[in-house]
Amino acid sequence: MTVRRVADRLIARPEVGAALGALAVFGFFSVVTSHFLSRLGVANWLDDASTLGVMAVAVALLMIGGEFDLSAGVMTASTALVTALLVTREGLNIWPALGVSLLFALAVGAFNGLLVVRTGLPSFIVTLGTFLALQGLNLGVTRRVTGTVQVSGLRDRAGFTSAARLFASTVNIGGTEYEISILWWAVVTAVAAWVLVRTRFGNWVFAVGGSAIGARAVGVPVARTKIALFATTAFAGWIVGAITLLRNASVQANQGIGLEFQYIVAAVIGGCLLTGGFGSAVGAAIGALIFGMTRQGIVYAQWDSDWFQLFLGVMLLAAVAVNKAFRQRAERAA
Amino acid sequence: MSDRRTGRRRRAGVVAAVLAGALALTGCGSGSSSKPEAGGATVAASPSSLHFAVITHGTAGDAFWSVVKNGAQAAGEKLGVSVDYRSDGDPGAQAKLIDNAIAQHVDGLVVSMANPDALRTSIQNAVHAGIPVITINSGEQRSAEFGALTHVGQDEGIAGEQAGTRFKQAGRTKLLCVIHEAGNIGLNQRCDGAKRTFGNTTTVQVDISNPTDAQARIRGALEADPQIDAVLALNSQIAAGAVAAAKAANSKAQVATFDLNTDVVNAIKAGDLVFAVDQQPYLQGYLPILFLQLYKENANTVGGGKPVLTGPAFVDKANVDTVATYAARGTR
Repeated sequence: MTVRRVADRLIARPEVGAALGALAVFGFFSVVTSHFLSRLGVANWLDDASTLGVMAVAVALLMIGGEFDLSAGVMTASTALVTALLVTREGLNIWPALGVSLLFALAVGAFNGLLVVRTGLPSFIVTLGTFLALQGLNLGVTRRVTGTVQVSGLRDRAGFTSAARLFASTVNIGGTEYEISILWWAVVTAVAAWVLVRTRFGNWVFAVGGSAIGARAVGVPVARTKIALFATTAFAGWIVGAITLLRNASVQANQGIGLEFQYIVAAVIGGCLLTGGFGSAVGAAIGALIFGMTRQGIVYAQWDSDWFQLFLGVMLLAAVAVNKAFRQRAERAA
Repeated sequence: MSDRRTGRRRRAGVVAAVLAGALALTGCGSGSSSKPEAGGATVAASPSSLHFAVITHGTAGDAFWSVVKNGAQAAGEKLGVSVDYRSDGDPGAQAKLIDNAIAQHVDGLVVSMANPDALRTSIQNAVHAGIPVITINSGEQRSAEFGALTHVGQDEGIAGEQAGTRFKQAGRTKLLCVIHEAGNIGLNQRCDGAKRTFGNTTTVQVDISNPTDAQARIRGALEADPQIDAVLALNSQIAAGAVAAAKAANSKAQVATFDLNTDVVNAIKAGDLVFAVDQQPYLQGYLPILFLQLYKENANTVGGGKPVLTGPAFVDKANVDTVATYAARGTR
């Protein structure tokens, strides 16, 4: 009886389906390929999942709060471009440049949030507008300033080495180099999970996503909560922008386009509902992990690359199906 | 319904052709009477009324097309003709841009043909309207058939073959060719070309808009097959990822790339990249404007029925310093 109750409560957790899906994907590629489980292999798919994971966790919080952010993908390029242009054109040290691009990100995030709560328009539309506007700015400004669409040549600039240590170095564990972005992913996930489950702000997020009117009635600051959530996805975009920029020492104006949907998919795999009010940060991180393992697993399996997207699509659909089946069982049990 | 539409279009085409012919005649008349006295050196200074449109399939933000655009605009400024650059990656939208330019009665059209069939009607309409067309970059095989004056570009197959030969001469035995845009015919032709001269070649598919994932995927491919000792990237930014991937995977693979940027130049200097295949996009923007002006003002044609090849040019340790300065300003 108690075992049954524990099992039911476990299944009711949004991330359990995703965890089982992740186990399935992990098991599958571990058996099918010989390098997936090697230390180099693990470091590789963890790295692939890491930047996606940082974004997916922030996007999950926003989705639980009942909103979407389509500008999240492009934001990773915008912040990197702001940093890179300030460093290469204005001769700024990379640290203050990172500070300015962080302010820029938070401003855009707050703008998204403000527009959504003030106009009452769906965030899908508002952030689609920001997405297009940022895409145009990225391209227009970069071309106007540099004459090309890439900003490069950061490697020998002041502050690059120390900033790269924080955002783009590797950590040696047992002879294998792990990208530090994996640590960022873990930290962001832990902080987000703690905020969501243990703080008052976390309660507000669930409340505004479940029912904004109901939340307002019991005194939850709906507008402030939503604006903070949009600022959070922008902040995550800044982290990923910094990671990508410092790793490649260059940024291309069309980077990040289309990735916003991957963030949403990862969050959904992780148990977030598209309607808001339900989901988990850990689940979104696991969703990103499934993405990373699948993408790299396919390469390790040396399957014909022409079929790549098909494999990816089928794997993701399977993961979502497993997740949904578990949630439904949980809902029946409850 | 559709018959009437084609009929109307044909009539419009005839009217446009007559108009264009009349304009060309008056243009020719005034040009031949005033220019010779002015002398060759001042031709560029005396503002010509010629207006050319460059319409490509390049997506906004692609480094390669940015250099093409710079080339076309530089030619426009230097030759004193006005040049409009427009692009759309969607073939249907690109065709509409061409129709639009025809409606504006431009004096010449430069078109890249990644998808020739989708552009066929629009290009033929331009030709019927008396607008000279030069195709660039891709679509070499269909260029003459559609009535274009000439084609300016690189034969992707030949470029791939030469890259393959270079790896073979370096004693390499297994090649990984990295395709960064699914379904791009030119990229596939490069890999096929490399395979013809090199032999043992596999491909991997990555996404250009996600550098982290691209790097991880190349790394995965190298780990999965340690026999790979050569990597051919087809884009300058993918090249940086490929170098990092080879290092992370402890692979001894040599990495080379298509197309240049500052990072590629620095990587060649540092010995991380063995060579870059440069199809000189600046020429693909610059030359057609020059050719169109020569055609309009001197009835010259170039190529003699064959394409004008802008590449492959190779950049390696021997010539990288010269090229570096030009890459930095966005013209190489």
